[in-house]
Amino acid sequence: MSDGPLPVVSYLKMPEGGEPYLEGHRCDVCGAVFLGERRHCSKCGARDSMSTFQLSNRGTLYSYSIVHRSFPGIDVPYISAIVDLEGGGTIKGNLIGIEADPEKISFGMPVEVVFDDALGRKDADGNSYLSYFFKPA
Amino acid sequence: MADAYVVGVDMIKFGRFPEKSVPQLGAEAALLALDDCGLTVKDMQALYCGNLNQASGMVGQRLLQEIGQTGIPVVNVSNACATGATAFREAWMSVKADVYDIVLAVGVEQMGKGLLGGGGGSKGISKEGLLGSGTMPSVFAEAGLEHTRNHGTTFEQFAKVSVKNHHHSTMNAKAMYQIETPLEVVMNAEMISYPNTKLMCSVNVDGSAAAVIASEQKARELGLMDRAIKVRASVLTSDPWQERDLVMPDVNSCTRMASKAAYEMAGVGPEDLDLVELHDCFATAEILHYENLGLCEEGEAGRLIDDGDVELGGRVPVNVSGGLLSKGHPLGATGIANIYEVSTHLRGEAGRRQVEDAKIGLTHVIGLGSACGIHILEKAA
Repeated sequence: MSDGPLPVVSYLKMPEGGEPYLEGHRCDVCGAVFLGERRHCSKCGARDSMSTFQLSNRGTLYSYSIVHRSFPGIDVPYISAIVDLEGGGTIKGNLIGIEADPEKISFGMPVEVVFDDALGRKDADGNSYLSYFFKPA
Repeated sequence: MADAYVVGVDMIKFGRFPEKSVPQLGAEAALLALDDCGLTVKDMQALYCGNLNQASGMVGQRLLQEIGQTGIPVVNVSNACATGATAFREAWMSVKADVYDIVLAVGVEQMGKGLLGGGGGSKGISKEGLLGSGTMPSVFAEAGLEHTRNHGTTFEQFAKVSVKNHHHSTMNAKAMYQIETPLEVVMNAEMISYPNTKLMCSVNVDGSAAAVIASEQKARELGLMDRAIKVRASVLTSDPWQERDLVMPDVNSCTRMASKAAYEMAGVGPEDLDLVELHDCFATAEILHYENLGLCEEGEAGRLIDDGDVELGGRVPVNVSGGLLSKGHPLGATGIANIYEVSTHLRGEAGRRQVEDAKIGLTHVIGLGSACGIHILEKAA
């Protein structure tokens, strides 16, 4: 078992003594943004062209759904949100801190990326995880 | 290159058949399609068999073990919800390439109940309900609300798709359901992922469909041109790069690429279509594809459903079979079941749901991941 929480996805970085952040990969040739380690660009086909950069913690809501039926053990309803980050990159996550009601949610609303425990979920070895969420900014 | 024709085509009534095996279900449709043109498995020179859930299970060979092991080449095809269309297209290509002059294409699937997608990887912890949702109802809800964002499409307009397709299926004995679902019933059904209620999600069913494809020369030799259906276009695309790809599967771009290519190949435009069977895996998806297939201008999809243009009797009826929403969606069979539906109208054999004077029709499927298959069909002259 790990001493502390593990990152929920490979592109969530937890530097020692620093704040967690999300990492993007950008193609040096065409500027396309990706999540997670990769070598080649699937937009322009450039090879060995990727550089890493820190994704912004600020963005706007692009689209969403309100999930009422899920698998056993998953609390519903919740908002599944797609967020365009400032400076590039689009990520998906739970939008929290707002009522799960389409009347309350607006396209383009500013949101902030926040980091917190992964809803108490643990893996088979008992490790806990650090996840990210969106909150209205 | 000479044209290729559908000379025999049929599907079983979609339903739940847990007592049958996948090859048995596929064999039923294969025999129906062979009967439709009065041929036997001994006349077939190759089999293209589409199935998803047993992709490594040699379903095509096991199907022949049910109805006749003639030693012909068998190709097993898996391409998500475009599996059936891909099997059909491989069969069509083999005839177009003059490798064979008569072949069989089968699509078959046995489904469980419940949510598709959202399973996630095996490492770490489940991301479902933590990093949003990966279930299909949610993915297509998010694609639908993108349309709402861009064009103001309403929950009610999405729901009307389901009212229409359920109504159509009351005239189709081979559909899973034959029930009317008024607007308030659709909108007040259990919410799965807003804006998709339970009645706006396709039905998981077991099913199979099959087609016999022949070269023009072979069809003439066999005297099968009277009811033959010409394949005017067959197109398959994958997902071109899009900036939100990684978190938002894009069903629009691959459909737009495919429809443009299909109209060019067929030498027709969307205004020439008499009916369309498109991939209404969710009510939200159907709205997107009105524009993706060019059935209306950008942003006009909501108006199209409001005005009744896409109902039976309207300008361009869509999913008169009942669609995936009510006929049912056995993943690997859907792409050939659509071809059966359009062919049946072009032959004037669709009974109560017949689209009058139908001459040209289009079929469309999308498999997430992604694959889009489009066929344009016409009654042989």
